[in-house]
Amino acid sequence: MLQLTAIVFLPLLGAILAGLFGRFIGNRGAQLVTCGLLTLSALLSLFAFVEVGLGGRTVTVELFTWLDSETLQVSWALRFDQLTVVMLIVVTMISALVHWYSIGYMAGDPGIPRFFAYLSLFTFFMLMLVTADNFLQLYFGWEGVGLCSYFLIGFWYDRPAANAAAIKAFIVNRVGDFGFALGIFAIFLAFNTLDFDAVFGAAPAMAGKTFHFLSWELDIVTTICVLLFIGAMGKSAQLGLHTWLPDAMEGPTPVSALIHAATMVTAGVYLVVRCSPLFEYAPIALVLVTVVGATTAIVTASIGLVQNDIKRVIAYSTCSQLGYMFFAAGVSAYSAAIFHLFTHGFFKALLFLGAGSVIHAMSDEQDMRKMGGIAKLIPITYVLMWVGSLALAGMPFFAGFFSKDMVLEAAYAAGSGVGEYAFYLGLVAAAFTGFYSWRLIFMTFHGRARAGEAVMVHVHEAPRSMTITNILLAVGAIFSGWLAVDLLVGEGRAEFWGSSILVLEANDVIEAAHQVPLWVKASPTVIGILGILLAWHMYVRRPALPGKLAAVHREAYLFLLNKWYFDELYDRALVRPAMALGRTLWRGGDGRVIDGLGPDGVAGQVLAMARRATALQSGYLYHYAFAMLFGVAALVTWYLVSVGG
Amino acid sequence: MSDLPLLSLITFLPLVGSAFILLIRGEAEVVARNARNVALFTSLFVFGFSILLWTGFDSASAAFQFEERADWIAEGIGYHMGVDGISMLLVLLTTLLTPICVLSSWIAIEARVKEYMIAFLVMETMMVGVFSSLDFVQFYLFYEGGLIPMFLIIGIWGGERRVYATFKFFLYTLLGSVLMLLAILYMYYQTGTTDIPTLMESSFAPQAQRWLWLALFASFAVKVPMWPVHTWLPDAHTEAPTAGSVILAAVLLKIGAYGFLRFSIPILPDATHYFTPLVFTLSVVAVIYVSLVALMQEDMKRLIAYSSVAHMGFVTIGIFTFTVQGIEGGLVQMLSHGIISGALFLIVGVIYDRIHTRAIDRYGGLVHRMPVYAALFMLFTLANVGLPGTSGFVGEVLILIGVFQVNTWVAFLAAIGIVLSAAYALWLYRRVMFGALVKDELKEIVDMNRREVLVFAPLVVIVLWMGLYPVPFLEVMHVSVANLIEQHELALAAGQGLELAAR
Repeated sequence: MLQLTAIVFLPLLGAILAGLFGRFIGNRGAQLVTCGLLTLSALLSLFAFVEVGLGGRTVTVELFTWLDSETLQVSWALRFDQLTVVMLIVVTMISALVHWYSIGYMAGDPGIPRFFAYLSLFTFFMLMLVTADNFLQLYFGWEGVGLCSYFLIGFWYDRPAANAAAIKAFIVNRVGDFGFALGIFAIFLAFNTLDFDAVFGAAPAMAGKTFHFLSWELDIVTTICVLLFIGAMGKSAQLGLHTWLPDAMEGPTPVSALIHAATMVTAGVYLVVRCSPLFEYAPIALVLVTVVGATTAIVTASIGLVQNDIKRVIAYSTCSQLGYMFFAAGVSAYSAAIFHLFTHGFFKALLFLGAGSVIHAMSDEQDMRKMGGIAKLIPITYVLMWVGSLALAGMPFFAGFFSKDMVLEAAYAAGSGVGEYAFYLGLVAAAFTGFYSWRLIFMTFHGRARAGEAVMVHVHEAPRSMTITNILLAVGAIFSGWLAVDLLVGEGRAEFWGSSILVLEANDVIEAAHQVPLWVKASPTVIGILGILLAWHMYVRRPALPGKLAAVHREAYLFLLNKWYFDELYDRALVRPAMALGRTLWRGGDGRVIDGLGPDGVAGQVLAMARRATALQSGYLYHYAFAMLFGVAALVTWYLVSVGG
Repeated sequence: MSDLPLLSLITFLPLVGSAFILLIRGEAEVVARNARNVALFTSLFVFGFSILLWTGFDSASAAFQFEERADWIAEGIGYHMGVDGISMLLVLLTTLLTPICVLSSWIAIEARVKEYMIAFLVMETMMVGVFSSLDFVQFYLFYEGGLIPMFLIIGIWGGERRVYATFKFFLYTLLGSVLMLLAILYMYYQTGTTDIPTLMESSFAPQAQRWLWLALFASFAVKVPMWPVHTWLPDAHTEAPTAGSVILAAVLLKIGAYGFLRFSIPILPDATHYFTPLVFTLSVVAVIYVSLVALMQEDMKRLIAYSSVAHMGFVTIGIFTFTVQGIEGGLVQMLSHGIISGALFLIVGVIYDRIHTRAIDRYGGLVHRMPVYAALFMLFTLANVGLPGTSGFVGEVLILIGVFQVNTWVAFLAAIGIVLSAAYALWLYRRVMFGALVKDELKEIVDMNRREVLVFAPLVVIVLWMGLYPVPFLEVMHVSVANLIEQHELALAAGQGLELAAR
């Protein structure tokens, strides 16, 4: 029990020590405390994985009551089941590695204790999220990770772009949370509880029932799932709510690796999988998940084709891969979604941290047009980026090969229209993935050096601590798929997942996915290789070709380069109107109408009356006497009339 | 329970303190120092006594506790004190914030310190009296009496446009008060008493209820304040000295919502039911409209004032759901908003004391020189946007869960306020705190001193306590709230029976 609770609270302890006492324990102290406690937490997670995951002993630790209002009873409780322990492995391992990496990456920064406190605090919230035993605690972790993401994106608070990106991330996420929160309220309305077990247990009985939501009579479970999915779309940067993620690259690179690749952005996928006992009874919601996931996979991959900022390319790749996870969940292949989440965590963190090493080497340059020709100067990083890219593109025997193939095969095996939609779009996105990954490698490492003399002299391999953590991640990127495939999606999957994931018998596509035709199994790899070859053709063999293509198809190029104009659209359609409306309501509504007719108007009238009254006070005695006489006469008249009548 | 008249003691002790201050004579500096000390110690004593109220409170009983009765003005109009689970914590809120206000004015107020401290203590008496009165006339006297020190605080120690703000405040509240007085008179002539528990038992004709309800509504809605009678608040807040804003936001605004709970709902159940859609509409407009207006503010205090209006919109929504979650949420939100908005005005006060401007664009990059301040400002900003783990979340989520069961449209629209609040609050923080420190007058600004941190310490503790473990606060409300709802439903059923019989 205690060791399980410790997994969650050790990072919090680290955050408090580094955050509040950073001044006393110094930079080194803050680093050691947070890194040490996180490593401990990661080791304990391994034990938890063995005990809960392999041993099948699920545990719930009740801490204390949080909310208590009539039937609304919510406790702080930590739930350790199979799904949770898989997430624990991803979160604590990658977080620990990112912590160690950051010691080297952030060296010389004035805010070291603050940085490490935020990283550990983030990890705490992420762990609260994946160990939550009820929807409200999940929401606590959910908002907490969003908060830390806001802190870390805006870590360099002198930069206006970082501040803007931080606020954008928070607010776009809040739009998603708006849906999530309504989903939670709807769950309470329908089930009268927010505890996972009680809700999931009652879900079958609730299937098909309707309730009155806004102005319509809607299916309860479907509505709940759609609302929850809106929350997932915000956190996992799915199409429509994805615009914050590329901007989030303003944060330090270790943050991008931990939060915006491996953990926080996968929380949406986790939410959908955790709620599989609900989604299974909401087929329409599953269709929506599939369509949104597949569309995101292709659209964001297409944007990634032409970006020039090394981190943004990887960020769009993350959006795209999250799309894969969602459409896997959408066809009820939840275990495949988590499998891809698991492997993706390793290789995407590796790619980001590798990019961090490149940026470190290039004196903080992020524009790939100003790189090139550095492969020989930083060979280790070069090799590691190859490993990460091979895993991402799903080349045989690297981690992504197992998980991405599984996802695509499941989509195909679903046999439905949306399944096919996801499969074919996923295939094209796989080609895009190969292309942008090697475009990144070729532009960054190959060709002639496009950086200035001063930068090139400085190009050097990162400090050993950074290299070692990257090598460890590379081990994960190579072996995690091979190691976990049997356990998570193989023969023993049903036994492994136990009751943490529910798949109705009719929807079990994993079994069918193992039986798909050979061309389906082979096509992702083949298509990925085609993408790689095209990148090689355009950026190594004919380096002049991309410029020509962009010039010829200028419209299309600009459309992609400007990210399908999502930001511009939102700015024109939402942000500016909201501000204009605010100003109008303030100056017009509050100022002219309410105050004008209300207090100011009344005050004006009173003043005018007073002025007239002053005119009456002439100071001449006979005026007053006359007024008094007139008053007395009026009184007497009134008295006589009322008595007489 | 001891025989100590605890409520009267808490209510009138500040008045005794202010009498002492009045007696202080001597050199200006000595007078000021003594006045500060007397005010601080009096208010701390009062707070200490009010803790006894909480520890001695029997949360299993819905009855009024710590009751005191005495004959007073006339037959049926007596002196009657008592608290239940709805008002008890509001008394504590008042007694907690008064010493904090005194402490925060320690240096900021230099002129007429003696009168200032007297005004604050008198106000404390009035506000505690409002929350513990069980007689309508007595309530009215405290209610109106509390306005006088507030007028003076804004009018004497306020900013440049203080006279305009005071007049506006006065005009709004005057209208409401007159109508409330009429309602009290009518009730007295009908029932022969103004004793609140007795009034709760009596029933008025449905038509009369509606007029009475509107008369009370006019008074309470101004206080909350509800849209569209909210425009006095930004002006009053902006012009008031820091501690005045704190008391205004933290306690005075709660009186309106408390009035709904104490009078409108239990005494006029049919009319309450009838007018619920009106309250929902006005509240939802308040949440969205006012949040949008807050987004465009250029003055820090004005922005927080608008944010207050939006958050009080949540309170009125919660109260009128007649669900346990909604009303308890409303009460938690009242307490939480009291702490958070009070803290935010104090936050503004800290830099106002240093730079003497409230204009947002005169600041920027303060985080470089004020790390402690930055952390506190961030904490209360997050509490204000309702981040889970802070008190703001508990209130909002209970309210929204409550209203979702009653009316999903209201829940849907009110939840939009959650997005908007994040926008205006974080944007304010960014403009004031982040960015490079380039403005010359800010380059020498110093971080908070020990006294200033001390002022915030209890507020930080409460915000997190209520956010992580609100059970002790909810516990004392349960029975009273359940009783309120039960009585309301019974009366409603009876009223409908009457109406049917009349047909």
